Amino acid sequence: MASDAELIGFVYREARLIDEKRLDEWYELFAEDARYWIPLTRGQKSGLTENSLMFEDKLLLKVRIERLKNPHAYSQSQPSFCQHVLEAPGIEDRGAATGIAILRTPFLYLESRKDRQQVFAGVAWHHLRAVRGRLSIVLKKVELLNCDAALPSVELFP
Amino acid sequence: MRQYRGNSDAIRSLVRSGEVHRDVYTDPELFELEMERLWHRAWVYVAHDSQVPKPGDYLTVQVAGQPLILLRSGDGQVRVLYNRCAHRGARLVSASAGNCGGLLRCPYHGWTYRLDGTLRTVPLKSGYAGSGFEESRAAHGLASVPAVAIHRGFVFVRLAADGPGFAEYFGESLTSIDNMADRSPEGRLEVVGGTLRYLHECNWKMFIENLNDTMHPMVAHESSAGTARDLWKDQPPEAAKPMVIEQFLPFVSNYDFFDKMGVKLFENGHSYTGVSFSIHSKYSAVPEYEARMVAAYGAERARAILSEIRHNTVYYPSLTVKGAIQTIRVVRPIAVNRTLIESFTLRLVGAPDSLLERSIMYNRLINAPTSVVGHDDLHCYRSIQEGLEADGNEWVSIHRNHAPGEEARAIAGVYNGTSEISVRGQFRAWLAAMA
Repeated sequence: MASDAELIGFVYREARLIDEKRLDEWYELFAEDARYWIPLTRGQKSGLTENSLMFEDKLLLKVRIERLKNPHAYSQSQPSFCQHVLEAPGIEDRGAATGIAILRTPFLYLESRKDRQQVFAGVAWHHLRAVRGRLSIVLKKVELLNCDAALPSVELFP
Repeated sequence: MRQYRGNSDAIRSLVRSGEVHRDVYTDPELFELEMERLWHRAWVYVAHDSQVPKPGDYLTVQVAGQPLILLRSGDGQVRVLYNRCAHRGARLVSASAGNCGGLLRCPYHGWTYRLDGTLRTVPLKSGYAGSGFEESRAAHGLASVPAVAIHRGFVFVRLAADGPGFAEYFGESLTSIDNMADRSPEGRLEVVGGTLRYLHECNWKMFIENLNDTMHPMVAHESSAGTARDLWKDQPPEAAKPMVIEQFLPFVSNYDFFDKMGVKLFENGHSYTGVSFSIHSKYSAVPEYEARMVAAYGAERARAILSEIRHNTVYYPSLTVKGAIQTIRVVRPIAVNRTLIESFTLRLVGAPDSLLERSIMYNRLINAPTSVVGHDDLHCYRSIQEGLEADGNEWVSIHRNHAPGEEARAIAGVYNGTSEISVRGQFRAWLAAMA
């Protein structure tokens, strides 16, 4: 199993890749069976039978990432930028029994496009699996503080 | 800024045979008049009665600036009351949903009401003896909206005391709701899975006009649905498509597809695209579901129900339904340039769970604030909202397939799918209410 420093460093690095728009490298952090989930309600049980803000498998992540490279992604003709500000990730489970480490990270996430800046807050949960010494994301669950609010377009990756 | 209140001629001058004046999208006074006239005379969608299954269950909903409570009373009836205490006017219920038990209680002075809105108790009632209270409006309790109609569980209200009857207002357009409900082997729908709430900084009509707009998907959705197409294009034709590919691909169908799809108009601004087929026509079969439909309806009726595959039905001005995938979107205007769109998934009672999973995926992919399809649509609506500030041209063109003498004829009928006639039909209804 990975060390505490490697687990914690992974979470910080993941946020940095998104913020620096190194999205192809970010994509490689996800396991083939991974999910990136932003629930719609607090304590939501399922992304399959209940609505969510995101419940993306790798194919959907690929669609999003490739779209952002497309000059006809008109909502991004004035591009958005984002910044994660993270509290120190806490290790909830080192994964000794399951092989999956779980980290909990409260955060602020800002999206900016020209004169408009949106601030979001929440708690991110990372479920990480180590395979041959390499960590990958099995589940990234983002519990937004205002998940039930009427939201504007959220275009990047909280 | 022109004045519109008390000036019917000025309002009539806003709608010409193939164009409308930008003020309909940008003028705050016209927005106020729309809420008072169009949105009060129309039958407006509130909620589905499956959202309040038990006595005491309630929802609070804002319709055309009116705070409403939708609740299930003890006798099983669904009622729609104004959310306003009869005493000093406090909002009685603040939560968006819940169960109030057998009564409603104001948090300020504790007046209570039965679930039919009648006044139940007032603390220290002796203080009202001889005061004239018993003859006053307050003693009658909560006001109910003048008219409520429920069709296959869809609860509509008419906020004006006078106006068209429900059946007269919607006519045959109700067959879209019927088809969605009939897709349940038990003929019943249930709202499940929560509400997606997408704030649109644009006039409500931008959203409505997009629903039967077939000239934009191949342009506006090239980057989203087109990317999905490009990621899939190297797969062999017989490879099973993941659900997400099935749902995205048809958005980038060509002009010929959308034109042949057809659009059907009704009186009063209602319409639907997908007369002959639609973007939902090629989803994979679910044998277990088809078997249950045949068992419930017989083979012939089941086939008739499932071969009706409409795209977006517009119930002007407040609702759009997509029966083939069981999602609905509700229009809640807030200001001339601000609209809340709420999206719901409906479960077909008696159908396998895989159909709900398909609806959930569609709702999230297309209607969430995170939707890559939604992002480009909203970008366009906001572009219009901002672009219309430009001087030099005050008119918005809705000429496509306008035929000479169109205004002299009833608008109901079937037309080629790429026509802008659905927008012209909406403005006919708009003008009838506004002037």
